[in-house]
Amino acid sequence: MEASHPVLIVENLSVSFETPDGIVHAVNDVSFVLHRGKTLGIVGESGSGKSVTASSLMRLNNSVTATTSGSVQVSGKDLMAASDDELRQIRGSEIAMVFQDPMSALNPYYTVGAQIAEAYEVHHPNASKSEVQMKVIDMMTKVGIPNPEQRSKDYPHQFSGGMRQRIVIAIALVNDPKILIADEPTTALDVTVQAQILDLMLSLQAENGMAILLITHDLGVIAEVARDVLVMYAGRVVEKADVEDLFEIPTHPYSWGLLGAVSSLDDSHRGQLKTIEGAPPSLLNLPTGCAFHPRCTYSSENNGQCETLVPSLMQKGPEHSSSACHLQSARVVQIGREVGK
Amino acid sequence: MSKPIALEVRNLVKYFPTGHKGFLGRPSQELKAVDGVSFVLSKGETLGIVGESGCGKSTLARLITRLLDPSSGQVILDSQDITHLRGRRLRDVRRQIQMIFQDPYSSLNPRHSVGQIISAPLEVQGIVSGDELMSRVREMMALVGLNPEHYNRYPHEFSGGQRQRIGIARSLILNPSVIIADEPVSALDVSIQAQILNLLEKLQQDLGLSFIFIAHDLSVVRHIADKVAVMYLGKIVEMGPSSAVYGRSLHPYTTALLSAVPVANPKKRGASGRIRLQGDVPSPVNPPSGCRFRTRCWKASELCASHEPPLIDMGEGHLVACHHPMEPSEGAGKPPVER
Repeated sequence: MEASHPVLIVENLSVSFETPDGIVHAVNDVSFVLHRGKTLGIVGESGSGKSVTASSLMRLNNSVTATTSGSVQVSGKDLMAASDDELRQIRGSEIAMVFQDPMSALNPYYTVGAQIAEAYEVHHPNASKSEVQMKVIDMMTKVGIPNPEQRSKDYPHQFSGGMRQRIVIAIALVNDPKILIADEPTTALDVTVQAQILDLMLSLQAENGMAILLITHDLGVIAEVARDVLVMYAGRVVEKADVEDLFEIPTHPYSWGLLGAVSSLDDSHRGQLKTIEGAPPSLLNLPTGCAFHPRCTYSSENNGQCETLVPSLMQKGPEHSSSACHLQSARVVQIGREVGK
Repeated sequence: MSKPIALEVRNLVKYFPTGHKGFLGRPSQELKAVDGVSFVLSKGETLGIVGESGCGKSTLARLITRLLDPSSGQVILDSQDITHLRGRRLRDVRRQIQMIFQDPYSSLNPRHSVGQIISAPLEVQGIVSGDELMSRVREMMALVGLNPEHYNRYPHEFSGGQRQRIGIARSLILNPSVIIADEPVSALDVSIQAQILNLLEKLQQDLGLSFIFIAHDLSVVRHIADKVAVMYLGKIVEMGPSSAVYGRSLHPYTTALLSAVPVANPKKRGASGRIRLQGDVPSPVNPPSGCRFRTRCWKASELCASHEPPLIDMGEGHLVACHHPMEPSEGAGKPPVER
């Protein structure tokens, strides 16, 4: 392993929300490290806590209803203790975010040029008009928008979905952040455009060395761009692995289920897809013990441990992977190899 | 073609008027959503229709189910031309052809109980009522994997996957012969997608249904379809048995589409021969002359701009509309467009 520069360290992050129906435990005890120039993928289904994790990293959760604990360090600064002024500094210049829906992320009343300029001026209040204008054109060129001078005067509705997402990326990157959080950045896009946007993010990363936190439900996207992966289920990280290990020797029953449920292009052996029975649990009322146990085929093998004890992340198989499961390592590796093919 | 035909579509066209009305109130422009689509669906078969947003696949579904009236062309169900039916006779046809929608949230009335939702088609058609209606609905709920005890519950009490089962039960209650499913799993999580896909396959076998399965997700279609049609800007550019289209695509667009799908295998990352299409799909209001794909195609020649390629059978029912179809030696590989 080459020398690594951690730019983001998250330790024991937990987020819960107060709702009229009770307390929703959206994120429980999540820890990870993001390194400079690397891409960490978070994969999980709806309600697994991946988006809440992302918004906590920018402290975007509603401060009235949300309770956050744990620590988040951005380039050595403690985000949890930061004042509003400090937060404003960190947002945009240290961490920036790209959202799923490029239409609602842009303001329909302003030209895209004005929106890119605004993001720049917030962090460069003394910049001259011509400097801002140059920066706008430069960013639009970087993200691959033809005729940037002319197009900067257009409004969001005059762009296609893929082009809008390029604008959103331009806004996010205009202050050269060290960390880019991309929350389902290509989910609203067609496959050919998705491929363009992923390529763009990776080539910009190669250029400026930013770290990317990529949140997605699509294992295909993970396999294409991530280097390390967190698999989340019901607010917890259930597996943490190198992308190659995850696909080769996955070490958590939920990962086995996910990998089995994906239909693939070279699916010549048609027939039943493997499924995970049931549905994800309500975060208002999590199952006792391991939250996955009601849907897990192997929970009967552990003498009732699964029902009572929350498993913690431990190495079960490959060196850099760990998973939260009560199964014995040997058994995990045996099944993992079968699933990974 | 030994199997009996369930549904045939001949040269179906739908233009939507757009733009300002000009002199004499004529629409100044037309959006060519579906432009001359023909295919045959055999009984018990699944035809997958794939394409990107705006290619006309959903409009096509609505034309076949007569939720929209075509500008021209024919829809033939069980050797009966249903294109111009109205009133009672149209209602009779709707018994045989039903639709499953994409969004299990907006396609169910939140104020109706599940029982009411699933039984509505029976009541509209005036087929059965009272106790029999109730028992038919319960039977159907069990068939799609819902607990019949939940008859009186409301949609919000169900998860996304279960809601999609409700939608499926509603579409099957009239014993239709053809089901049109428009993106039935794209709003669902992967693990739930697999449950619904398995259910659809099982129902098809048990009930002998013919499916038209519309999706933008090529791997899902690969899994479920016997035959695939690829659409681009209102036209079918390639069609044939799944194994042929996925195994050896002939149209450059299909090849590009397939190579853009992220593969859930990190070892294949950055495999050589990735095709990256440039730009976006042109506007269907003013599509390119000749071949509509030529503006994004790396093989385009002058011929492509002047002459529209017809959809030709290249053998074994594998049709393609291209002047320069992919050669076997090209595989997914050689195009010079790299990014």
